[in-house]
Amino acid sequence: MEETGAGKSRAPLGRRVLLWAPLGLAAGAGVGFWAMLRGMRDGSYDPRGVPSALLGKPAPGFALPAVQGLSTPGFGPEALAAGGPVLLNFWASWCVPCVVEHPQLMALQRRGVKLFGVNYKDKPADAARFLAQHGNPFGALVADAEGRAGIDYGLYGVPETYLLDGRGIVRWRWAGPMMPDTVSAELEPLLRRYA
Amino acid sequence: MRAALFAMLLVPGLALASPAWAVGRPAEMLPDPAAEARAQEIGRELRCMVCQNQSIEDSEADLARDLRRLVRERVAAGEPSEKVIEGIHARYGDFVLLRPPLNLVTAPLWALPVLVLGGAGLALFLMRRRSAVRGGPAPLTEAERARLAALENDP
Repeated sequence: MEETGAGKSRAPLGRRVLLWAPLGLAAGAGVGFWAMLRGMRDGSYDPRGVPSALLGKPAPGFALPAVQGLSTPGFGPEALAAGGPVLLNFWASWCVPCVVEHPQLMALQRRGVKLFGVNYKDKPADAARFLAQHGNPFGALVADAEGRAGIDYGLYGVPETYLLDGRGIVRWRWAGPMMPDTVSAELEPLLRRYA
Repeated sequence: MRAALFAMLLVPGLALASPAWAVGRPAEMLPDPAAEARAQEIGRELRCMVCQNQSIEDSEADLARDLRRLVRERVAAGEPSEKVIEGIHARYGDFVLLRPPLNLVTAPLWALPVLVLGGAGLALFLMRRRSAVRGGPAPLTEAERARLAALENDP
């Protein structure tokens, strides 16, 4: 009795730390979790978002044909390094978010942004039908029927968009559909910087 | 009762069941069993970027299938396993590796278990040392000893 009583009076600090440390940790974790949820809601934090391994590196080369049956010309990797920023957009007619993104692409094209397309794992006839229906924003377009160029770019779904500076270096990657606020908040400052 | 019995039979059964790899289709597999085994070994190191918590061998996603095909092509061409993984790592970044490499970005990830264990060990050590110092009861004072002697002598 005497012994424990003496211990209690001599080490109040240690016990207080033991009591409050887990509570403090739990409170810290709670605040962190709340910040994550808030970030996910307002779009500033994406737990599935993975930065592209290509940022700051030259765009991978490819040799892809133009889409059959369309008058839009094809292009090679040298066209991505011809001076001035270029947007490279991977899309497919079977991709629903691409429909959501399309008005933004049309608006960018109207503003004179150089926009090249890669038609990813698509049938040429379906691609042509999609563009006839929704408009064709692409100055040049190639078909990646096997998805190999997609893998070379580290693509993990369509739509996905890459911004290349005038020297063909990848500066930005957007996975998923670009929405109007994506364009205004993220893309426009970069377009100005690399213009 | 019957449900419990069933569960008792089922649980070891699940533990023993071999995982079903997505590459079950013979058309995808390499004809050479050794090469196919090597391709599967590589594939189990690579994360499917679409489903994220599965390897490309486990996943049914389109992209995983494309990557499996790519891996098998490279293996069939005789490329060493490290080169195959390196090629995909260069395109998809650290996240594609299910065993992340040790670098500046992933250092906290690797250090965390060591830090937690070390911290816990240190805390334990300090607590034990303090209780050892505080340790046994204080020696009896003169007065206490005299009183004790008196009590012992008391019949």
